[in-house]
Amino acid sequence: MTALRQKLLRDLRVLWTQAVAISLVIACGVATFVMSVSVLQSLERRAAQYYEDARLPHVFAHLKRAPVSIARRVAEVPGVAAVETRVVAEVTLDLPGVIEPAVGRLVSIPDRGGPSLSRLHLRQGRWPDPGRRSEVLANEAFAEAHGLVPGDRLRAVMNGRREQLIVVGIALSPEYVYQIRGGDVVPDDRRFGVLWMRDRPLAAAFDLANACNDVVVAVTPGASLPAVRAQIDVLLAPYGGRGAYGREDQVSYRTVANELSQLRAMALLVPVIFLLVAAFILNLVLNRMIATQREQIATLKAFGYRRREIAAHYLQFALLIVLAGAALGTAVGAWLGTGLADLYVRFFRFPDQHYSVGLGVAASALGISLLAGVLSVAMAIRRVVRLAPAEAMRPEAPRPFRGGFLHSHGSVGRLSPLARLTLRQIARHPVRAVLSTLGIALGIAVMVLGSFSADLVDRIMEDHFEATQRFDFSIGFIEPSDVGTLQAVARLPGVLRAEGFRSVAVRLRRGSHARLTSLLGLEADSGLLRPIDVKGDPIPFPTSGLLLSEKLAQLLEVNPGQTVEVEVLEGARPVRALRVAGTVRDFAGQAAYLTRGELNDFLREGAVISGAFALTDPLREAALYAKIKETPRIGGITSTRSLIQSFKRLMSENMLRMRLFNMIFASIIAFGVVYNAARITLSERAWELATLRVIGLSRREVSATLLGEIAALTVLAIPVGALLGNLLARLTVRALETETQHFPLVIDPSTYATAILTVVAATVISSLVVRRRIDRLDLVAVLKSHD
Amino acid sequence: MPPDAPPPPEDRAASTAQAAPVFVARGVTRTFRSGATEVHALRGIDLELYAGEFVVLLGPSGSGKSTLLNILGGLDVPTSGSVRFRDHDLTSWDDAALTHYRREHVGFVFQFYNLMPTLTARENVAVVTDIARDPMSPEEALRRVGLGDHLDRFPAELSGGEQQRVAIARSIAKRPDVLLCDEPTGALDVKTGITVLEVIERLNRELGTTTVIITHNAVIAAMADRVITLSDGRIASLQCNPARASAASLVW
Ligand SMILES: Nc1ncnc2c1ncn2[C@@H]1O[C@H](COP(=O)(O)OP(=O)(O)OP(=O)(O)O)[C@@H](O)[C@H]1O
Ligand SMILES: [Mg+2]
Repeated sequence: MTALRQKLLRDLRVLWTQAVAISLVIACGVATFVMSVSVLQSLERRAAQYYEDARLPHVFAHLKRAPVSIARRVAEVPGVAAVETRVVAEVTLDLPGVIEPAVGRLVSIPDRGGPSLSRLHLRQGRWPDPGRRSEVLANEAFAEAHGLVPGDRLRAVMNGRREQLIVVGIALSPEYVYQIRGGDVVPDDRRFGVLWMRDRPLAAAFDLANACNDVVVAVTPGASLPAVRAQIDVLLAPYGGRGAYGREDQVSYRTVANELSQLRAMALLVPVIFLLVAAFILNLVLNRMIATQREQIATLKAFGYRRREIAAHYLQFALLIVLAGAALGTAVGAWLGTGLADLYVRFFRFPDQHYSVGLGVAASALGISLLAGVLSVAMAIRRVVRLAPAEAMRPEAPRPFRGGFLHSHGSVGRLSPLARLTLRQIARHPVRAVLSTLGIALGIAVMVLGSFSADLVDRIMEDHFEATQRFDFSIGFIEPSDVGTLQAVARLPGVLRAEGFRSVAVRLRRGSHARLTSLLGLEADSGLLRPIDVKGDPIPFPTSGLLLSEKLAQLLEVNPGQTVEVEVLEGARPVRALRVAGTVRDFAGQAAYLTRGELNDFLREGAVISGAFALTDPLREAALYAKIKETPRIGGITSTRSLIQSFKRLMSENMLRMRLFNMIFASIIAFGVVYNAARITLSERAWELATLRVIGLSRREVSATLLGEIAALTVLAIPVGALLGNLLARLTVRALETETQHFPLVIDPSTYATAILTVVAATVISSLVVRRRIDRLDLVAVLKSHD
Repeated sequence: MPPDAPPPPEDRAASTAQAAPVFVARGVTRTFRSGATEVHALRGIDLELYAGEFVVLLGPSGSGKSTLLNILGGLDVPTSGSVRFRDHDLTSWDDAALTHYRREHVGFVFQFYNLMPTLTARENVAVVTDIARDPMSPEEALRRVGLGDHLDRFPAELSGGEQQRVAIARSIAKRPDVLLCDEPTGALDVKTGITVLEVIERLNRELGTTTVIITHNAVIAAMADRVITLSDGRIASLQCNPARASAASLVW
């Protein structure tokens, strides 16, 4: 082994704690990168593959009723490749042993074979027998939530009649990768499930024999989707068409796409920030480490070592550290990725659940960290290698030290000698002080970035469920009913308060922008669903005009005071321009409100409601459920409590786990920065400190001069770090934004506090370690080896 | 003799001296600038050094001895003037060429030793022998300076004088053409000082290594072919010894 290689190993051994700290920082950056990107890639790959293989339709249209022959006419539309007509109906389900009712969406499949579009993937059991009218396939998410297996029975109130259904198989559909009911914010697999039934019995049950109420279409490659949709709208309008929409408005597709785009943002942004921070710290540490070896480098040069050879030496040093970090990070990232992928599998149902870390991901993680290592070394060593050896061998010329404010300012004179020494030390190396401060500040910033997402979730929960959606149950009627029905709802067991609402499918249009949504008519004094303004305060309901979600208003490019064209997609399908009275904050970005009276007038109907919101006595829930199950006019019931539970389950497993990882990583990064800063300061000043000790200063006093500097820099870093963290969080919130979702920037003071405390703790621990080193400083050795 | 006049060849007493000078310095100055002040470390040096010559450089502290040695060794470049090594102009060389020059021809002993703290004595010597063309083994070099028993000690485990001897072993191990020593015996007692000088002397005699030694110890001057005294950046005197004293005969 050459002497230089030997030196490399010895240096590594001497600096092993620092090397490990840097390796860990790099490992953290690489792990988040590998985890996020590999999960993202495998999800993206699976989603695209599944949609393709299972032929997810391109256009979806609901209608009231059309003869099945409509399929032929739709097929003639230019660009249409395949058409399938279906019967889709929602029913109240009664599961044995489950007290709460669930909403079942029954979707018809052809009497023979499976559907040609939205092909089902049979996971268990068999296809329903065409001859038996009660056999169904259950969607896997729903089946799992209730532990349903082939052979289980459940009861449904179908079109007012009670029917017994037998689950004969468990299936997956590309339309329900994410099983969520339109209009809901979060999935609730216990309360909502999709079932597939043969066409003939389902159509018969809903008086739709030889007819359909749902059309799905696949188009030929290159077809113009807007043109196809427009023509389908024309064809279906006479049959009560609710407006054809594309994949981007299909709930499951949109949710998966949103989730992927958010994951993409997170997968790039956070790890890139982590990696950049790691690179910065690597650079900081190497710079100072190489500066302390300035004389050694000069000596090597004096003996005729070439720049290239010296650079290679330090490069090997850095690359060993980087490689160790990258390898560890890739392994940890892959392991965490498996966990994360498992979580996604619980919400996104793909037939192929295989997760793997692509070679490309691992290679790019390695590439990025190696690049960071090479750049760090190049930057750090360039200056030193350029110096003529005679010059480099002399200690770096002390910057001409002028007292500046430290001398002239009277108040400094009153400081203790120690404080003065500390301040001078910082003032003497301003660049170094700034960089160290920045490094510690980045530790705080990364902590804030790693944990603020939970604050965001809390805020969304608060906005949605506490400020806006204040009811316990939303009850939907099968047919719109007279407001008098509200009395019946109010008399249901346990109902404390009930408010009616009218809801109708509409298309909002302004200029070239159009969106499908549902328009909700609320009582002017509505207390159970209360729109809130952008600041989070309840908005007094306007006497006339629309309240639109801020995001929806942005999409339509409409401001309060201007009008939008509202086309109702049900009944007589009236069209009218309505004034926008104001905008509201809303998580899903889809809300549109009007007073119930104005909506009734618009629909040219009497005082009619589609359902009711209810506040209930939790103790009497069972009685309420029992009553609802036997009330045929109720088409479905949504429980807020259950939604919150489901949401919390989702968040606690998903977000909180991510938050935990991020916090662990951020703490390691913070520790890595502080520990290295302290250690390097020690090695730079060891000679000076040993001299002070020899002169007669006590250990305590000597430690204080060094630790004072570290403490001062940490104090400086706190506000800077909080500010940087805020900026990074702002950047992330921006990146998370999707077409419909908008997130406020919320960082709880406790998040800042945790970040700051963690970094302070890292500082204290590092200081203790360094302090121990100072105590054990071998004075003679230090003074002797000052070369 | 005026300091700027080259010495007549017949004045040189060294038996190994040859006619061709190894180094020719002409009007060499070196100015350091620190802030607003300028330090003139060398103010115009004219000098020839001949192959196989043993030269001692004397002069008060700050007179420019180390600066001159650094320039001869290619560690530093003059502010003005020229330095020729054999047929080449050192001042026209770039960093790569100077590096090559140091690697192939020069052995150094630094005033502050400059040992690698994380390498043992043996390894410190190996740093140089690893890249030399025809080196002696690190063990042999260390044995020659009397450190055969301390091969595996780290610098922090060696006394100042022992460290200095490691530095000397390191400089002679590659059998350089030119050996430049900045106070090689500064930290040594008489006995070891003489041992070390003997090693240097032997290398000079056996291989014809052109040797320049800076020292504050005027006794050592007796070993030299020529003694050059610097003062305030100029050559104050240049004296030839009719006969070189052997290192063993020195007393101080
Ligand atoms: N890099 C430098 N920057 C500024 N001044 C320098 C530098 N190197 C040397 N000097 C100055 O040049 C002058 C000559 O220095 P040099 O080291 O050559 O002296 P020296 O004769 O070797 O002294 P000593 O016997 O004390 O080692 C001194 O005044 C020194 O302060
Ligand atoms: Mg000197």
